[in-house]
Amino acid sequence: MSARVLVAMSGGVDSSVTALLLKELGYEIVGAHMKLWDFVDVGGDIHKDGRCCTVDSINDCRMVCDSIGAPFYVLNMSQQFKEKVINDFVAEYRAGRTPNPCIRCNSEIKWDAFLRKAEEVGCDYIATGHYAIIEQGDGDRYFIRKGADKTRDQSYVLWGISQEALSKTIMPLGAMLKSEVRGLARKFNLRTAEKTESREICFVADDDYHRFLVEYEAKEGRTYEPGDIVHEDGTVLGQHKGTPFYTIGQRRGLGVAYPTPLYVQRIDVENNRVIVGDDSSLYTDELRAENVNWVSIEPPDDPVNVDIKIRYQHEAAPATLTALTEDRVHAVFDQKQRAITPGQSAVFYDGNLLLGGGVIA
Amino acid sequence: MEPIYLDHNATTPVDPEVVDAMLPFLYNKFGNASSVHATGRDAKVALEKAREIIAEVINCEPSELYFTSGGTESDNIAILGTAYRLWDKKRHLIVGAAEHHAVLEPAEYLAHTEGFELNFLPVDKEGFSSGDSLAALLREDTLIVSVMHANNETGTIQDIAALTAVTHDHKCLFHTDAVQSTGKVKVDVKAMGVDMASITAHKIYGPKGIGALYVRAGVKVWPLFYGGAHEKKRRPGTENVAGAVGFAKALEVALRRQESDYNKMSELADYFIDKVTDTIPDVVLNGPRKNRVPQTMNISFKGIEGESIVLALDLKGIACSSGSACTSGATEPSHVLKAMGVDPILAQGAIRFSIGRSTTRDQLDHVLSVLPEVIGKLREMSPVYSREK
Repeated sequence: MSARVLVAMSGGVDSSVTALLLKELGYEIVGAHMKLWDFVDVGGDIHKDGRCCTVDSINDCRMVCDSIGAPFYVLNMSQQFKEKVINDFVAEYRAGRTPNPCIRCNSEIKWDAFLRKAEEVGCDYIATGHYAIIEQGDGDRYFIRKGADKTRDQSYVLWGISQEALSKTIMPLGAMLKSEVRGLARKFNLRTAEKTESREICFVADDDYHRFLVEYEAKEGRTYEPGDIVHEDGTVLGQHKGTPFYTIGQRRGLGVAYPTPLYVQRIDVENNRVIVGDDSSLYTDELRAENVNWVSIEPPDDPVNVDIKIRYQHEAAPATLTALTEDRVHAVFDQKQRAITPGQSAVFYDGNLLLGGGVIA
Repeated sequence: MEPIYLDHNATTPVDPEVVDAMLPFLYNKFGNASSVHATGRDAKVALEKAREIIAEVINCEPSELYFTSGGTESDNIAILGTAYRLWDKKRHLIVGAAEHHAVLEPAEYLAHTEGFELNFLPVDKEGFSSGDSLAALLREDTLIVSVMHANNETGTIQDIAALTAVTHDHKCLFHTDAVQSTGKVKVDVKAMGVDMASITAHKIYGPKGIGALYVRAGVKVWPLFYGGAHEKKRRPGTENVAGAVGFAKALEVALRRQESDYNKMSELADYFIDKVTDTIPDVVLNGPRKNRVPQTMNISFKGIEGESIVLALDLKGIACSSGSACTSGATEPSHVLKAMGVDPILAQGAIRFSIGRSTTRDQLDHVLSVLPEVIGKLREMSPVYSREK
């Protein structure tokens, strides 16, 4: 009997082709869509279509699965998602950091609750449409490599996956170009072939995360307090509307008059201040990261030369990395980097090999 | 192995006799029941005959029966149509805590959006409500009380007459959703003493898309739709003649087989419940053992998720359900079990098996042979189960 795979389907072209490819390779496919949130909880525009978790997207998954002869289910994971991802997202902003909920969702939902569900229904593997390559290296270690499509590589969001979880994961698109994926979808007449995807935060359906934070906190009886916008030289320049609305490196929307351009340097939650200054002050050459997960290597004993990506759209920069403990690292960049932001992920590479990652402290 | 369908409370296959009765009204007797000509008259006559048959089954006058698209629409007309009429006079509603969403959501809409006050009539651990607790909630400005006859998730049959006895002293209306009971057990709207009752065809081997609302003579509800004189303006729209004919035939068949079906279902259900509770540990039947629609078996398997059981069984060709499906098809925790005070861990592991005319002892034996392994495997993986043990 062929291995059974639970394919995580969003309703987009990538996960549709993932299911199709694995079917063609002889796997027994079960499609599943994770219902992660509801408009009742997150607000926003219920009429905005084409998103993951909307009825239209779910129907797309359903029809694609039918066309390849696979059963399809919608798994309600909204409770776990709210507890582990949305609540964390809100708490991180309140703590003055800039979270990446997709990474959190991967380690807490996809490679946890979803993987468990797969085992429960007798699936041997899960599969996703990420543009990244999983391969078994020497011995028992599983590696993650950057996707072959340089413009689509998604390895950055995968650093939190455990070795155990990687051993049960298939990512068939890692070696392909997006254009090839779309080409396959067209060739097989998948109804999702022409769909474009959103790269914004899925549960902030109107992309207005200020609106989201205010509404969500209000349900818990919390509001954001206005406070001072302070120049790094100590001068109070104006008022902010609440620290969660500001992120490091931000220039627009500060609402203060100053002869030279000002950028957010730091969020001082303790004193409810937003510190601003020149662009040049944003450049620093070191970071510390916590909650580190080592993927392709064991924690190194000695300092190692790596390339570090400090946000999704950042070009990995050379640095020297020292493991302080099993799950904490210190890195010194060869050249200063702009706006190293607490809460974002630092992901370490050796060429295209993802060594590990952590959350910037 | 042929797929085994144990989800008859969701819907049923259409009885061949029903299909035969409907077909002429899809082909040569296709007329619009409002037309003046002979083709229209034929359709109109068929519609009225269907109304007479259904009225007789539930013991009302044909003039008290309004065809709708099904249970959801009937429930909505009853709740919203009453609220629209009494909008400025009465602002309080009472609905059962274990109602179907078709009653809960219009009531919640009135409460949350239109400023009505809403109380839920509590249910006990088997799903029954008492006249005393209803009396305690009734007010001068209560416009309607809605309590379902048989519960779709547990099969609990409510003593509606005992509840209407309480409301009769008040000037408020009483509606019952009788979608899961009509045809399966005796439904007599006069004996129940209700002002309105919702019924539907597809739960009793009739077609989808046709139902009816009984409205006692003298009771007024405002329509939700406008656009014609059909159904005495209470439900405008070209009549679904084939559907109505099918509904009537389905009820005729159900009535003819009521006793034998009831006995067969009771026997099969008793067998299944006893076997499951004997062979699998930590299993609880939700709802009463008596005073229930025997087709419905709501069983909790402690420590695991109902959703996982449903998926695992589906992949083995066995159809059942857990909770109630929302638009996406995802399952949500059961508000019915919550209202009954079922332990959340047990409620999470609840499955509804609902048997039907085609269900055989052999099918149930097959399920019984598969179930212990499925449950055992899920429990092995469940941190909740090992902790609760």
